Amino acid sequence: MTHPATAHHHAPPRGLLRTHVFSLDHKVIGKQYLDLALVAVCTGMLLSWLMRLHLAWPETPIPGLGKLAPTGAAGGVITPEYYLSLMTMHGTIMVFFVLTTAPFAGFGNYFLPIQVGAEDMAFPRINMMSFWVTLVAFLVLISAFFVGDGPPLSGWTAYAPLSAVGKDAGPGQGVGQTLWAVSITLFCVAQLLGALNFITTTLDLRTKGMSLARMPFSTWAWFITSVIGLIAFAVLMPACILLILDRVAGTSFFIPAGLVISDRLQPHAGGSPLLWQHLFWFFGHPEVYIAILPGFGIISHILPVFARKPLLGPRVMIACLVAIAFLSYTVWGHHMFLSGMNPFSATLFSVPTLVITIPATIVTLLWIGTIYGARLRFATPALFCLGFVSVFVSGGISGFFLAQPSIDTYLHGTYFVVGHFHFVMGVAAMFGIFAATYFWAPKMFGRLMNETLGKWHFWLTFIGVYCVFMPMHYLGLAGNVRRYSAFTDDYLKPLIPLHRFITIAALFTGAAQLIFLYNLVRTRLRGPKASDNPWEATTLEWSTTSPPPFDNFGGRPPTVYHGPNEYGTKGAAGDYVMQASPAPVGAA
Amino acid sequence: MAGIAPSPPRAGPPTAAPAPARTTTEPPPPQPSRTGVWIGIGTIAMSFAALTSAMVVRQGAAPDWRHFQLPALLYVNTLVLLASSGTLEWSRRHISSGLAGVYVTLALGLLFVTGQVVAWRQLAAQGLFLATAPSSAFFYVFTALHGLHVVGGLGGLVYVLHRLRGSTGPLPLAALGAATLYWHFMGGLWLYLLVILVTRV
Repeated sequence: MTHPATAHHHAPPRGLLRTHVFSLDHKVIGKQYLDLALVAVCTGMLLSWLMRLHLAWPETPIPGLGKLAPTGAAGGVITPEYYLSLMTMHGTIMVFFVLTTAPFAGFGNYFLPIQVGAEDMAFPRINMMSFWVTLVAFLVLISAFFVGDGPPLSGWTAYAPLSAVGKDAGPGQGVGQTLWAVSITLFCVAQLLGALNFITTTLDLRTKGMSLARMPFSTWAWFITSVIGLIAFAVLMPACILLILDRVAGTSFFIPAGLVISDRLQPHAGGSPLLWQHLFWFFGHPEVYIAILPGFGIISHILPVFARKPLLGPRVMIACLVAIAFLSYTVWGHHMFLSGMNPFSATLFSVPTLVITIPATIVTLLWIGTIYGARLRFATPALFCLGFVSVFVSGGISGFFLAQPSIDTYLHGTYFVVGHFHFVMGVAAMFGIFAATYFWAPKMFGRLMNETLGKWHFWLTFIGVYCVFMPMHYLGLAGNVRRYSAFTDDYLKPLIPLHRFITIAALFTGAAQLIFLYNLVRTRLRGPKASDNPWEATTLEWSTTSPPPFDNFGGRPPTVYHGPNEYGTKGAAGDYVMQASPAPVGAA
Repeated sequence: MAGIAPSPPRAGPPTAAPAPARTTTEPPPPQPSRTGVWIGIGTIAMSFAALTSAMVVRQGAAPDWRHFQLPALLYVNTLVLLASSGTLEWSRRHISSGLAGVYVTLALGLLFVTGQVVAWRQLAAQGLFLATAPSSAFFYVFTALHGLHVVGGLGGLVYVLHRLRGSTGPLPLAALGAATLYWHFMGGLWLYLLVILVTRV
C-alpha cells in the first residue's frame, strides 16, 4: 500500500453474515452467482428430463409427479399444457439463470477484478445488490410452480398476445405469467447493475502497466459482454414493464383488437403482437452472445495454457469479438422470419446473419491454429476447450441453413432449431463453464479437482450431448414439429424410437453430471492443495495465492510488464513469462 | 439506476496515484463514479429509446391514438427541473461557500416530482387514465419511469450531501461531480420526453 488513495475502502469483514452472505467481496459474490447457477441448472435439467420422458413414453405415468403437480400431471401423466409450462420454465431458467449468471456474472465477478489487478469491483455495494436482485428474480420465477394454476406456458420468449391477455390464455397464464414478467424485469435490473460494475472496473481500475492490449482474453470477453448486456437488458426491461401493464393495468401495447381467446372477446384494442417480438428479439439475439462470448473468452484464455503456445492472432481475436458484438444487434429479425413481418425485411436480416458467421469462423480457426503443432497437455480443462470448439462448430454449421429465410420456413418450427441452439449456445456455453470450473477451481477453492473423475465426466458428457442433440437435426429434417407434447397418433409415430434414444441419452448424460457434482463438492471440502500457479499460466490471478486474500494481492497491487500471451518462450520459471514478471521475454 | 450516484469514489489504480513528479502528459486519475454515471446514462438512454420506438410502432399499429392537451403544469415543472440543474451546477462550482445550493436542488427536485404527480391527477380528473388510450398509456409510462429515475437521483444527492457534511478531509468532489452529471442528464432526458409528448400526444 504505497499511497493512501489505493487503500481498500472496505476493511475485511468479520462474522459469517458479512463474509459469506451479505459480502461486498467480488470473489464471494462470484461464488454466490455460481452456486445459484448450479441450483438453477439442476432444476432446469430435471425439467428437461420430465419433458424427455413424456416425449418418449407419453402415456406412461412418471412416478411421484402426480403428487408434485396434481393438476398439471394428474396420475403422473403430463398434460399438453403442463408440458408447455415445463418447457417455458426450462428455457427461462437455463437462458437467464444459468447461461447468463454462470459464465458472465459468476466467473466474471470472481476473475475480472483480479485479472486487471484491482482489489475489488468499482462499486462493491451495487455488486452485492446485483446478486441479491438476481436471487429474488430466481425465487419469484420458481414461485410460479406453487401459486395459481402453475407456471406460464408461453415459452421463454413469452410471445404476445398469448403472454399478455391473462388467464383466458390457459393454465399458468394468470399469476404464473405475471410472476415470469416480474422475475425477468428484476433480472434485467440486476444484470444492468452488474454490467455497470464490469465496465467501470475494466476502464478505471486496471493496475499499473495493464493497458487494454495487455488484458487477458477472458477480461476482454467479459467487458464486451457487459457492453452487449447494457444495451440488451435496457430494452428487455421496458418491454417487460409494458407486458406487465398489459396484464394488470388494462393497457393495449401488445394485444390487438377483436381478439377472442377461450370464447371471450378480450377487452383490449389496437396493440401490436409484432412489437413484442421486435423488442424481445432485439434483446434476445444479443442474449445469445451474452451466453457464448464469455465462453469464447474462457477458451481463448485457457487453450494457450495447455497448448503451451501463444494464442494465434490475439488482436484478430479481439476484433472478432467486437465485430460479433456489433453485428449481434443487426440480426434479431432472423428469429421472426415466420412472424408475418414484411418478407423483404427477412432478406435484410438474413444478410448480417450470414455475415456474423465470418468472425465466428475466424475465431474458431484461431483456436484450431493455436493447437496446430502444439504439444497439448490433455488435462480436463483442455479437453473441455476442445469439446467447446467441437460442439460450437457442430451447432454453428446448422445455423447457416437457418439463416436463410427460404430454408428456415421449413425448419423453423422443427427440432432442427432445437438441436441447433442447444449445441451452439446451450452445450457450448456449458462446456465453457466446465472448462472454467476445472481450470479455476484451484484458484477459487485452493484445491485441485480430481483429474480422473474430470476425464470421465468429459468423455461421457461429450458423447452424451452428441447423442442427444445430433439426432434432433434429423428429426427436424423429417418434419418433426417442436413444442408438441406427444407424437402418438400421427405421421410422426415412426420417429418415436429415435425420441426414445434421445431420452435415454439425455438421462445418461444428465446422470454423468453427478460425477461433476461429486467432484466439485469433494474439491471444496478436501483434496490435494493447489499451488499458486498449478497450470503454469501467465495472467494475474496466478500471481496471487490460491485462494486469493481479501484484497486479492495482499496490499501489493501488481505491476504488469507483458501481455497475457507469453507462452512457448524462455522465462525464469519455464516456457512462459507471467504478466507480473519484470523479466524480459526471451526467444524460444 | 438509483444506486449509481451514491457509490463512493474508488481508489484509482497505481497509475493514477499522483506520483511526486507528475508530468503534464500523464492522464488524469480515473473517476469511477463519473464513469459509472456515464454508463448509467447510456443504459437509461437506451431504455427510453426502446420505449420511443415502441411508441412510434404502437401509434402506427391502429387508428386508436387519442390526442389530448398536456397539462400546462408540465411546463412549470420543466422550469423547476432546469432551475434545479442550475443550482446544483452553481453549488458544485462554489462548494467552498457552503452547501445551500445542494439543499435548494433537493427542494426543487422534490417540487418537480410533486408537480408531476399533480399533473397526473389533473389528467385523471379529465378521465385520462393509464388504460384509456395508447397515448395516455405512454404518457404515464414515460413520466413515471423518468420520475423514478429522478427520485433515484434525489437519493444519490442525499447520500452525497451526507458525505459532504461528514467529511473531515478533502471533500468528495468526484461523487458530487458524478451526482451533478446524473442530475443534468435527468433534465436533458425530461426535455427530450417533453418534446416527444408535445409532438405526439
